[in-house]
Amino acid sequence: MSFAEILQRPVWQIADAIAKGQVSAVEVVKASLDNIERHRALGAFLTTQPERALHVAEHVDAARARGEALGTLAGVPIGLKDPICTKDVPTTAASKILTTARRSTTDPELDPERGFRPPYSATVTSKLEQAGAVVVGKCNMDEFAMGSSNENSAFFPAKNPWDPTRTPGGSSGGSAVAVAARLVPCSLGSDTGGSIRQPASLTGTVGVKPTYGRVSRYGLVAFASSLDQIGPFATDVRGAARVLKTIAGADAKDATSARVEVPDYEAACGKSIKGLKVGVPEEYFSEGIAPEVEKSIREALSTLQSLGCELRPIHLKTTRYAVATYYIVATAECSSNLARFDGVRFGFRAPGKGDLASLYSATRGAGFGAEVKRRIMLGTYVLSAGYYDAYYLHAQRVRTLFKRDFDAAFQEVDVIAAPASPTVAFKLGEKVNDPLAMYLADVYTLPASLAGIAALSVPCKPAPATVNHPELPIGLQLMGPAFSEEKLFSAAWAFEQTCPPRTPPPTTV
Amino acid sequence: MTAYSDYEPVIGLEVHVQLLTHTKLFCGCSTSFGDPPNTHTCPVCLGLPGALPVLNAEALRMAVRASLALGCTIAEKSIFARKNYFYPDLPKGYQISQYDAPLAEHGALDVEIDGYTRRANIRRIHIEEDAGKSVHGAAGSSIVDLNRAGTPLIEIVGDPDLRSPAEAAEYLKRLRETLIYLGANDGNLEQGSFRCDANVSVRKRGATALGTRTELKNITSFKFVADAIDGEIHRQIRVIERGERVRMETRGYNADKRETFSMRDKENDAGYRYFPEPDLPPLLVSQEYTSNVRADLPELPAQKRARYASELGLTPYAAGVLTAHPAVAAFFEATLALAGDPVKTSNFIQAEVLRDVRTTGLTADLPVTAAQVADLLRLAADGTISGKQAKEVYTLMAGTQQMPADIVRERNMAVLRDEAAIVALAEKILAANPKQVAAYLAGKTALLGFFVGQLMKETKGSASPDIVNSVLVRLLQHPS
Repeated sequence: MSFAEILQRPVWQIADAIAKGQVSAVEVVKASLDNIERHRALGAFLTTQPERALHVAEHVDAARARGEALGTLAGVPIGLKDPICTKDVPTTAASKILTTARRSTTDPELDPERGFRPPYSATVTSKLEQAGAVVVGKCNMDEFAMGSSNENSAFFPAKNPWDPTRTPGGSSGGSAVAVAARLVPCSLGSDTGGSIRQPASLTGTVGVKPTYGRVSRYGLVAFASSLDQIGPFATDVRGAARVLKTIAGADAKDATSARVEVPDYEAACGKSIKGLKVGVPEEYFSEGIAPEVEKSIREALSTLQSLGCELRPIHLKTTRYAVATYYIVATAECSSNLARFDGVRFGFRAPGKGDLASLYSATRGAGFGAEVKRRIMLGTYVLSAGYYDAYYLHAQRVRTLFKRDFDAAFQEVDVIAAPASPTVAFKLGEKVNDPLAMYLADVYTLPASLAGIAALSVPCKPAPATVNHPELPIGLQLMGPAFSEEKLFSAAWAFEQTCPPRTPPPTTV
Repeated sequence: MTAYSDYEPVIGLEVHVQLLTHTKLFCGCSTSFGDPPNTHTCPVCLGLPGALPVLNAEALRMAVRASLALGCTIAEKSIFARKNYFYPDLPKGYQISQYDAPLAEHGALDVEIDGYTRRANIRRIHIEEDAGKSVHGAAGSSIVDLNRAGTPLIEIVGDPDLRSPAEAAEYLKRLRETLIYLGANDGNLEQGSFRCDANVSVRKRGATALGTRTELKNITSFKFVADAIDGEIHRQIRVIERGERVRMETRGYNADKRETFSMRDKENDAGYRYFPEPDLPPLLVSQEYTSNVRADLPELPAQKRARYASELGLTPYAAGVLTAHPAVAAFFEATLALAGDPVKTSNFIQAEVLRDVRTTGLTADLPVTAAQVADLLRLAADGTISGKQAKEVYTLMAGTQQMPADIVRERNMAVLRDEAAIVALAEKILAANPKQVAAYLAGKTALLGFFVGQLMKETKGSASPDIVNSVLVRLLQHPS
């Protein structure tokens, strides 16, 4: 087994191999760092921390040599989406406003290495480190997690390893690419309206958006606080289950984290799904869905049926209001969450003398990208007096309807199966000038986010190669009630046995 | 001014009160005052990206305690909200406060003044975090100290029920006193731990509609409260009398010129883009929690004053003096428990102890202990020492740990009550002053004082005046 080969294996096998001494943590981490280096062109990582990573790996190997018990992810390389704070490691959220200028220029530095270095770690980072995981780098993304193609990164876009002229999706594009290209066996992303599930679907990886409150948000640079959830990407279902088990749980530092016990998600992988009632929402197969996506999903549903699941057509009538509702709630919250980026205490500050207002406008004007500014303005508008009731308050009321819609559905069925994205990966540049088209890329993932329920995307049969594109991944989205991740893992694992993980062709970029 | 009496002032006070918790409202940083700038900060109160607030349980308890003491109803569910505005001393770009669902509502504070009682309704009390401090330098630069950022506050919003500057001042005094009794606040206007804004308007007497109000900001001293409001009332009346309209605005008070000045047009809530704080779940306060806090409330100053008057027989004035500060009331009650005579205890504490007492915040600098005073009162009551001697002993023991009985013994101060000894002395004095005795017997009875004085001189004032008097009278009437 070559060192590069080890990265073709899933998380749990790598951890096992390290625990058994078949390979050292240092070897695995070096292989990962080499792979990242060789695939720079994919744009998966904004920064890497080789010295830090090798240092941690050495500790794992030393602990093993001493015969100490190892953590469940000991020696496993992992990538973190950039807004997940790691003490003293550059954190930019792919925004210029969190980088400092080298000189006194009116432009922030376009170098993620010059990013803000938080004096503390996110709770998920600490938990991963306690489990022995080795953070190798910070992954690319849409600026402040706003986008569905990773093209809103202030630095460079991430590219889909299945076809580098195409997007890996977003906003957690880099985290998805890192796993799809086997640079790391797992990574963390954040999902606010589909930012894990959509890129997982477009890159052929497993991506989990846990129930709101399942994973602590402490240390995640916020986009929309009531929607943000951190979740794993992995090459297979069991790997994702292991990572989620590691990062989940109540946290005294996050008042919105849930005091609900964390079950053994890995043990759920392998449980029979005979008799599982699977809801098929008609609204997710309506206009806008690409034929190759519909075909693959319908096939996946038949597979579930053949595994003993009972398919039931259901309705989620609120689906059509998802985009409108989401873009009011999320923009309102982001307009407030991003107020702290004012050039006063950290990150970029526009040089020059002037009054306070000009400091703010020069700093924020140069520091934020176009999409971020668009959303701050939208959010400021919907919260303004005179508009608050018509927009924000109304959207919050509609949001409860999403919850009710799902509650009613889950009276009838155990899980809901649907596409994660209406299309396969689209071309880089295809939608950058059409924000609305970009927003519609999230139409199938937004409802679960608005309702705060659990959801994941697991690869199903890819779209075959055509004259226009090579083979491209498609993701089956499974949604379950709040804190039903176990059920989702059982179903996804059973399905995965019929449709094993695939790796992209050797990349040509 | 002739027009003044034609108008009725309408005043409502908004008071920001720092809660005396050990740590900040949403993080574990110390609330200690006066330390080097930016030494009590962390990712949460610095508003660093990714940091999240977690409510301080001690702050909640104090807020509920204060709300209950002010007669409010506690909401079982209240909501934190973000008040959005940009300022360098507001790290997150928003203040976490409460907006349309506050912690407490519908309270009241009774203000007694000039023999009448004004009930001032309290509309709401909500919890919020304080901002930091900006210091503006000479060169147009500003520096920011975030030690105070995130300190817990409650805002106590009064209805416009007050009708004179004196009522407003009295309201503030009573509010401050109540909060000090609760241990919730040290009542320091100068240091800003107790801050008052006043909404002031005037209307023609008999009118029911409210006039346009102005908001007086940052009244930094108790002394200025009534002056500032009075100045603003006069200004508004002059404006109206000139036929102009009062503008809705925020005004400050210049204590030197004794007048208010315009600061800015009043910003309305529109600019703040309030919305529910998504980082904090709704604040749920169970009825059980509330009743536990209620059961734990101390006796409040108004209740104490009433009890001192009705049960202990003190004058309203004495009751007021003794309850003005909780440490003084506690001292009085401790002394009373040992000494047993409310009126004498009250009189002595007022006359002697309170002379030099300094109260600062929650503490009072008492020069003596209750045990010392009680002992002294006992010695005076049983005649061991005279009233005059009691004052002497007090001066000697103040600031020391010495008990009065020890002082009396050491200095031989005990009253001479040995009648035989007094008789012997009296006979000696009468024998030595035959002329005066003759004059007394001839009817000049005022000379008794002369003999008493002689005897007191002989005993250095230690003889019991009662015994001295009766012995002298007896001996003079029945000379041996």
